[in-house]
Order: sequence, then C-alpha cells, then structure tokens
Amino acid sequence: MIEFRKVGKRYPSGHAALTEVSFVLARGEMAFLTGHSGAGKSTLLKLIAFIERPSSGEVIVNERNLNRLERGHIPYHRRSLGMIFQDYRLLQDRTVFDNVALPLVIGGEYDQRETGRRVRAALDKVGLLGKEKYYPLELSGGEQQRVGIARAVVHKPVLLLADEPTGNLDPDLSQEIMALFEAFQRVGVTVLIASHDHDLIARMNHRVLTLQQGNLRNGTAEAPAS
Amino acid sequence: MKRRGEHGQDSKTARAAPRKAGPRQRGLENYVTHHLRALFASLGQLARAPLATLMTAAVIGIALALPAGFHALLASVQAVAAGWEGDMAQISLFLKPSIKDDQAAGLAKRLRGMREVADVRFISPQQALAEFEQSSGLRDALAYLNVNPLPAVLVVRPGEKYSTPAAARTLLRRLESMTEVDSAQLDLAWLERLHAIIGLAARGVWLLAMVLAVGVLLVVGNTIRLGIQNRRDEIIVTKLLGATDGFIRRPFVYGGMWYGLFGGLIALVVVNGLLLGLSGPTQQLAALYHSGFRLELLGGLASLIVLGVGAALGWLGAWLAVSRHLRDVEPV
Repeated sequence: MIEFRKVGKRYPSGHAALTEVSFVLARGEMAFLTGHSGAGKSTLLKLIAFIERPSSGEVIVNERNLNRLERGHIPYHRRSLGMIFQDYRLLQDRTVFDNVALPLVIGGEYDQRETGRRVRAALDKVGLLGKEKYYPLELSGGEQQRVGIARAVVHKPVLLLADEPTGNLDPDLSQEIMALFEAFQRVGVTVLIASHDHDLIARMNHRVLTLQQGNLRNGTAEAPAS
Repeated sequence: MKRRGEHGQDSKTARAAPRKAGPRQRGLENYVTHHLRALFASLGQLARAPLATLMTAAVIGIALALPAGFHALLASVQAVAAGWEGDMAQISLFLKPSIKDDQAAGLAKRLRGMREVADVRFISPQQALAEFEQSSGLRDALAYLNVNPLPAVLVVRPGEKYSTPAAARTLLRRLESMTEVDSAQLDLAWLERLHAIIGLAARGVWLLAMVLAVGVLLVVGNTIRLGIQNRRDEIIVTKLLGATDGFIRRPFVYGGMWYGLFGGLIALVVVNGLLLGLSGPTQQLAALYHSGFRLELLGGLASLIVLGVGAALGWLGAWLAVSRHLRDVEPV
C-alpha cells in the first residue's frame, strides 16, 4: 500500500527532515510511526498525502508513484486517504453532520439521502450518532477527535493516516480510539499512526517504524518487547 | 433546526427522483445539485453579513449607475436629435433657367417616388422672389430688375434612414447629376456637428463604462480576496480532504456573481430614481424651448443588460481573484 524508496526530504532552510528512508507497508497492515518530536513523523505522513514533495527518492501509495502525480490529480489522490489530525481540523461553523459529510460532498458521488445514510453510519461507528446537530466547540476533545475520525472514514478510504491522534486525550480515551483503528484494520483498511505514546504502542501488538533524526531505525522490526 | 429543514428537502427530492437512475444521469444530477447548492449557499453566506454585502453591492451599483445613467441621457438626446435630422437635412435643387414650371412639377413628382425622399417642396421663381422680397426688405431695389433672376427650386427632404450626413451626401450627388438640375446644395455643417457631439458623448460613455468595469472587477476581487483570507482554514481542510480547485472556487465565484447582480439592481434603482427626479424640471425646460425632449427611463432590455453586465463582472472579478489567491492557500 505504501512504499518509500530512499526518500529524503530537505527543507529550503537546509534542515534535513528525512534521509534515505525506505520501507514497505502492505495492504491491510497496521503500523505505528514513532520517534521524538522533530524526528520526521509528520513529514513522512505529509509525503504520503502529498502535502510535501520528497527532495529525493520515490513515494508509492496505492500503486501510484507520487513523483509523477500532476497537480490536477492531487485531490483525487487525497480522496483515497483518510487523514486524522492532532488538532482535529474541524470546521467550527459547521455542525458535526456537515463536518463528517464534507468528504462526500467534495467527492460529489452521492445524493443527499445516501450522504445522510453514510454520515450516520460513520457517526454510529465512533459512538456519536446523537450529536450530529452539535457544533464542534460544544463537544469535548475526545468527541471532537472522534468526529475527525468519522470524517476520515466516511468515504471508506483504503488508507488511514493519523498524526498524533491521541496527543490531547487521556489514557482511557486513547485506548478507545486505538480500538477503533484496529476495527478499521480488521475490515481491510491500511492504518499508519504517528505517535510518541510509547506505553500505548507497547500495549498493542503492531509493527513499529521508529524514526531517529530523519533515519528509519528499523523498518521491519516488530513491536519492541516491553 | 437548520438540519431538519434540509431533511425535509431531502425526502422531497428522493421522492421526485426516479428510483433507479443510470450512473451517468445520477452523476449529472449530483453535479447540478452541487452547483445549485453552492449557488444558494453563497447567497446564504452573503445574507449572514447583510451590511457588508450591501456596502459592496452599493459600490458596484454606483459604478454601474454612472455609465447606465449617461447612456439613458444620451438615448434621450439621440431620440430628439433624430427628430431634428429630418428637418435639417434638406437638399435644395436649383433648376436650370430653361425648366418650365410644369416640368419642375413633373420632376418633383418623380422625386417623390424615390424611396430615399420623404417630401419635395416646389418653389417657383415667382414664389422665391416674393419670399426674398419679404425677408430681405429689398423690395424697392428688386423692382428695378426687369427679369426675375431666381431659379425654380425643389427642396428635398430625405427620408429618415437617409438623413445621416453620409446618406444625405450620396443622395445629393445623385440629384445633382440630373439633367434638369443646375446645382444642388446640402447644408450639413450643423448636422455633422450634432453627430460629432453625440458620437463624442457616446464614446465618452463607453470609455467611462470600461474604466468603471475595471473598478467593479477590483472591488469584487478585493472583497473575494478578503473572503478567501477569512476562510483560509476551511479552504485548507477541504484541500486536505481532496477538494479540487473548481470545488473551492465555486462558492466564491457564485458569491461574486451575487454581488454583481445586487449591484446591478442598486444601479437600476439609482438610475431610474435620478431620471424620475429630473424628468419634471427637464420637461418644463423643454417646453420653454418648444421641444418635445423628455427623459426616458431605462427600458427592459437596458435593465437586463445592466443586471447581466453586473453579474458577469462580479463572476469574472471573483474568478480572477480566486484563481490568483487559491494557490497561495496550501496545507502545510
């Protein structure tokens, strides 16, 4: 699903965020991306979503080489992904329903009835079915993050990217959200989660990619024994 | 509450739509639905800030009202001038001395049959002399002449379509070449001056309209640019979720179109209000000059043009602004 071939990313300031990173994430796999802050986790996710372009090497997502992606095709590439952000990135002036419906509205494939059905299914999955008329600021942080997750999965993406999804949440909520991700993986979605919550990662038995100053320490390692 | 309203609409469209539409048809339906939704969503966006919307629309309205108002004035002047033209474009045909009165009358009859000619007046040498005696006050001096030196004259008034300087000149050349005619005269100086003044005014209105059109583009562009800045976060999120430039551009472009349309409406109110306000005094003044001049309000077609031009300029201004600024708003 994701393949990095000797990917380097150097910012105009000269800072090298990633150097020669290579790994393969198979379809349906779930993995954690970990490392200290500034180790390049966010950069790596941004390369997959084509928010950043690599300075060297190749990024292949869903059998598509992003180096050959034209500007006009970027939106269609992003529609195959579901992205979850640490700061949720919800639209504050829209209801929960409208926020979650946004990927479907952008995709433009479904009529209102089908859109409503899918939005309610996604909200049901994250346990927020009763809150569709609320505005994001009326919800707790955990609930907002779950709205973000519902929005990321409403259009049934093949790949789920999460950047510190539990960064602002207490341990119980974090555990709940991780269980959600596992549920998605079970139905065939590839999941990549950037997190520095070592305790949480250690408790779950998934592959771990560790970044250290822009280098991937062990691309094929299993979860470290705790 | 808002949501409930949309659900009501939802169930209505669901009932109206055929149960099993083909994917292509459904795609088209969705496309139209999305455009309509963006159209009315942008209207709702403007309605949420009525004062700001009104101010922008008023600026556009005044910019549109100026050329529209001048155009209306010019149209009224042209209508009066067209009436004058028929009187002013007169061709005097001085007939050869050998032509008898009955021959001249025959020529007059022939000329009346021409489609370029509206009317022919025959002035016999005797009539001409009598007129000249009266107007010149030289009766006694003229009494010393034993022959009437004046030729017979046919005064030809061209038809309405042939009253313009160029057409009248062509007619003059034709009439001049007739065997009975000694010489022909057309006094065009006045007519040409009038046409030159009207032409100048019309050109002025056009140039003013173009300058103000650029003004409208800039006003709409600036308003939309501010809108893009205000909704920067929203644009970034929709880009992250895979929105195309067209999707992001749509509400702004429709918003610009609404601004232009409202501006056009304001322009119509302003222009017709001014014309109504001026019509009383104008008619008084015209009556003092025994003129039938009256101010005409903007007609149906002119009103549609004002609205259409307003909407088109708003659309274009927004499109230019969004295209220019959208690339600057990229997720990081």
